[in-house]
Amino acid sequence: MGTVFRTRGLTKVYDTGELKVRALDDVDLELYSGELAVLLGPSGSGKSTLLNILGGLDHATSGQVWFRDLELSALKDRELTRYRRDHVGFVFQFYNLVASLTARENVQLVTDVARDPMPAGEALAQVGLEHRMNHFPAEMSGGEQQRVAIARAIAKRPEVLLCDEPTGALDSKTGIQVLEVLQDVNDRLGTSTAVITHNAAIRRMAHRVVYFLDGRIDRVEQNATRIAPSEISW
Amino acid sequence: MTALDRKLIRDFRRLWAQALAIALVLACGVAILLTTFGTFVSLEDTRSAYYERNRFADVFAEANRAPLWLMQDIRRIDGVRAADARISQFAVLDVPGQAETVTARILSLPATDAPRLNLPVLQAGRLPSPGAADEVAVNAPFAEANRLRPGDTFHANLNGFRRELTLTGTLLSPEFIYTIGPGALMPDNETFGVLWMPESAVAAAFDMEGAFNDVALKLDLGANRGDVIDRLDDLLDPYGGLGAYGRDLQVSNSFIDSELEQLKTSAMILPPIFYAISAFLVAMVMSRIIALERSEIGLLKAVGYSDVEICVHYLLLAVLIAMAGTLIGWGAGTWLARALARLYAQFFDFPYLIYNLDLGAYALSGLLGIASAAIGAGRSALRAARLPPAVAMAPPAPPRFKRTWLDRAMVALCLSQPVVMILRSLLRWPLRSGLTALGLALAVAVMVATSFFPAALDELVSTTFDRSNRQDAVLLFEPDIPKTALADVARLPGVMRAEGQQFQSAVLRHGHREKDVAIEARRPGADLARIIAADGRAVDPPPRGLMLSQRLARHLEVRPGDLVEVEFLGGINETHLVPVSGLVTQYIGLGAYMDLGTLSGLLRQAPRISVANLTVDARALPDLHRVLKDTPELSGLIDMARMQRSFEATIRKNVDIMTTIYLTVAILITVGVAYNGARIQLSERARELASLRILGFSRGEVSFILVGETMLLALLAQPLGWLLGAGIAKALADGSTSDLYEIPLVLKPAGFALASLVVLAAALLSALVVRRRLDRLDLVQVMKTRE
Repeated sequence: MGTVFRTRGLTKVYDTGELKVRALDDVDLELYSGELAVLLGPSGSGKSTLLNILGGLDHATSGQVWFRDLELSALKDRELTRYRRDHVGFVFQFYNLVASLTARENVQLVTDVARDPMPAGEALAQVGLEHRMNHFPAEMSGGEQQRVAIARAIAKRPEVLLCDEPTGALDSKTGIQVLEVLQDVNDRLGTSTAVITHNAAIRRMAHRVVYFLDGRIDRVEQNATRIAPSEISW
Repeated sequence: MTALDRKLIRDFRRLWAQALAIALVLACGVAILLTTFGTFVSLEDTRSAYYERNRFADVFAEANRAPLWLMQDIRRIDGVRAADARISQFAVLDVPGQAETVTARILSLPATDAPRLNLPVLQAGRLPSPGAADEVAVNAPFAEANRLRPGDTFHANLNGFRRELTLTGTLLSPEFIYTIGPGALMPDNETFGVLWMPESAVAAAFDMEGAFNDVALKLDLGANRGDVIDRLDDLLDPYGGLGAYGRDLQVSNSFIDSELEQLKTSAMILPPIFYAISAFLVAMVMSRIIALERSEIGLLKAVGYSDVEICVHYLLLAVLIAMAGTLIGWGAGTWLARALARLYAQFFDFPYLIYNLDLGAYALSGLLGIASAAIGAGRSALRAARLPPAVAMAPPAPPRFKRTWLDRAMVALCLSQPVVMILRSLLRWPLRSGLTALGLALAVAVMVATSFFPAALDELVSTTFDRSNRQDAVLLFEPDIPKTALADVARLPGVMRAEGQQFQSAVLRHGHREKDVAIEARRPGADLARIIAADGRAVDPPPRGLMLSQRLARHLEVRPGDLVEVEFLGGINETHLVPVSGLVTQYIGLGAYMDLGTLSGLLRQAPRISVANLTVDARALPDLHRVLKDTPELSGLIDMARMQRSFEATIRKNVDIMTTIYLTVAILITVGVAYNGARIQLSERARELASLRILGFSRGEVSFILVGETMLLALLAQPLGWLLGAGIAKALADGSTSDLYEIPLVLKPAGFALASLVVLAAALLSALVVRRRLDRLDLVQVMKTRE
C-alpha cells in the first residue's frame, strides 16, 4: 500500500495576540492509499486542523506535509487551489450546501471545475439520491443533505476524501446511512478516506484509528476486524 | 450554464427587493446623465451642423446707415472670409385675425445672388422674387402661430406707409433658432415675426438705397476675432456703429449657450450623487451577503474554485444590479430626453432635429453605472477572494464591542436596553452608520435643492414684474422719438399714464473688463418701470452717476464710488468717466441706469425716448391696438400682463416637472438607503431580535429597535442634508446664471421642512416594510440557524 499523505514535524500555532494556541504540535503521520482512517479525539485536540492542512485549506506554521510526491507545505495559495480542485473531496459536519442550488446543481458546482468528473446524476445515484436530484437543500432531511455533500465530494473522482465530523449533526439512524455511503465509496472506488470524529463508536469501521490528544498523536491502532456501519450503535 | 452562474441568478432573484431599491437609485443617475449629457451633445451637434451648413456668421454689427462701398473695406479686414451687408428694420404688422399689435423685424434678401451667410432654409412655398415690391417670406413659427400660408396677404406699416404684402414662403434661419422680440422675455411667435423682403423693396421702403445698417462676417479659421471686431468698429463708427459683437452675444445663440451651460451643470452636479449612493448601497449589501455566505465561500474554495473566480462571482452580482439599474435608467432617460426634446421644440426652431441620443451617451451612462456598482462591490468581493478557506469554514467571531465613555454615559442616563442596543450598533459600525446618514442627507439635499426653484421663481417674478416693471404695456420706438412726443402717446385711447425712457448703446469699461450694454435713462420719479436698489427700495438714478445691476458690477469688478469709462455708440462716439452711484437688484438682463437729463446733457441733445411705459384701461385695449397698427415709428409693443402670464406659465410648468422628478428621486434615494439599511440590520440581528421575542419582548418593542435605528440615522441626517442642499442649490443657481438672467438663491424654511418631512416619511415607510418581515420571523428556525 502506497502512502497518500505524509507529515513530518507538522506544527500549527494560532496566534490571537494575547494567547498562543498550539493546535498541532510536531505531528508525524502517514495515511495510506485506499485505507479508511478514523481520526479520533476530543474537541480541540487538533484533528480538524490536521484535516484542513491535508486538504490544502490551511498552512502549517512549521513542519512539512506531502501528498504523494507533492510537498503541500511548499505550495502557494494558487497551487493549493489547483490541488484541491484536482485531488481532494470534502465532507463537512454542516453539509455546506449552497441553499440556492438544487442537489444536482450543488454537485455540478464541483463537476463544472473538475478535470475528469462523473456526471452529477451518477454521483447522486451512488449515494442513493437519484430521486431527489431537483430538490433544494431546504427540502431535504439532514441525512439527505449530507449524502448530497458526499456526492459532491466524490463527483470529481478524488484520490482522497476528507470528512470532518460527517455525522456530527445527524441522529444515529441517519448517521449510519451516511457512514454506509462513505464505506461503500471507499470499498468500490478505492478512495482513501479520512474521517474525523469524536464519536469513538465509529472507530471500529476503520482500517486504522489515529488517536489525538492536545495537538499530538497519542497512539495509532490497526483494526484486525472491521465492523459494518450498521453494527455501530451510539 | 454553470452551477455558479445559476447561483448568481438565483441570488439576484432572491435579493430582488434590495437590488431593485439600489437599481432605482442608480437608474436616476443613469437617466439624468443620459438626458442631460445626451441632450447636451445632440443639441450642440444639431446647432453646429445647422451653423455649418447654413454658414452662420461669426461676427455681427449694426449701424445707423453705412454706405455700401464700405463693404469693400470690411471684406479687406484681415481674417474676414466673407461679409454680407443687409438692411434690418422694424415694422408694425396688421395680421388678419390677430387683435394684438404684431411687430416684425424685416431683413433684406440680396437682389442677385442668395445671401452668403446666415442662409435661411425654405420650409414651404418659395422665396420672394428679387424684383417684387410686396412679396415677403416669414419665419415658419410666426406663420404657424398666425395660421398664415403661402399666398396669404397681410398689411404692414413700412416707414409710415401701409402696404399689403403677400406671403410667398416660410423660412427658418440659424440666426433665429430662439426668436425673441425686442424687450421680450420669452419667444412669442404670435406677436413677433421675422420678415425677409427683397433688398430693393426694403431699400425703397426705408429710404436706404446704396446703404446698409446690418453686417455679418464669417472669419477665417484662426482669425483673431477681437482684432476683427475692433477693426469693424473703427470702420462703422462714423456711420453710427452700435458695436460689433461675436456669436456669444448674438441673442438666439446666447440663449442656446445658456441652455447648454445649464445642461452641463446638471450633468456635472447631479449624476455623481446617484452613482456614489449606488456604490455605497452596493457596498453595504455586498458586505452583508459576503458575511452571510462565508461558509459557502469556504466551500467554493475547498472544492477548488480560485480566488479570481470567487471575486468575479460576487462582482457579477453587483454588475447584474447595475445592469438592471442601467436598463431602467436608459428607459427613463430616453423618455425624459424625448420630453426635453419636445420642450426644446417649443422654444428652439431647428429645420431638422438630431435629438437622437447617440450611443456614446448610453455607453457612458451605463459604463459609469456598472463601474460604480463594481467599485461598491470591490472591497467585499476582494475580501471574499482573500478569505482563507479554513477561516471561512469556521463561524465568524462575534463582533467586538468595547466599553467607552459613551457606555458609561448610557448607564448614567438609565437608558433602556433596546435604546442601548440601537446606540451601540451605530457606534459599532461608525463608517456604515455615517454613510447611511450621508445617503439620507443627500436625499434631503436633493429635495432642498429643488425646492429653491419655485421660491427663486417667485422672487424673480415679484422683483421683475411687481416691484420693478409695473407698466401694462411698453411701446418701443425705432429710431428714438423726441421726449415731447410723449404727450401724443398719452393721448392714445385708454392710456392713463405714460412715462418715457431712453436706451443708449454704450460700452462700459473698467480696467481690462468691458461690456456692451444699453443704458436705460429716465426722469426722476418714474413710477411704472422702477429701479430696485440692493436694499429693496425703489430709487432714482442720481443726477451724476450710473447705477449698475449687481451682475454687471461683478463682471466689471466695480463697486459704488468707482469710475467707469462709458463709450457711447450709435453716432455719438464720445467717452466719459462716470461714477458708479449704486447697485440694482435685477435678475433679467444686465441693466445700467442713468438720469435722462444727465444722459441728454452728455449727448448734447434734447431728451429723446426709445420706449414709452403705459398704464392702460383694459377696456380700451382693442382701440389702442387698432391705433398702434398705424403708428409708423412703433417698432414693437410689449403687453406686460401677457408676457408675465406666458413667462410664468412656461417656467412654472418646467419647475413643476422638475420638482416632480426631484421629489421622486429623493424618495427613491431614501427608500434605497433606508430599506437596504433596515434589511441588513434585520439580517444581522435576526437572532438577537428572536431571542428578545423568546425572552418575552413584544413585537412592538422588538420593532422599536429595528425602526429606531433607521429613524435615528434619518434624524441625524437632516442638518447635513440641509447644508448640502443649500450648497447644491447654490451650485445650480450659479451654473444657471448667464448674461441673460440670474436665478436668485432663495432658500425658505418651508423648503427645508418639506424636504425633511418627505425623507423622514419615506425612511419610516421603508423601515416599516422591513418590520413586517420581523412579524413573520420563525423564532425556532432562527435560533437553529447557524451563522
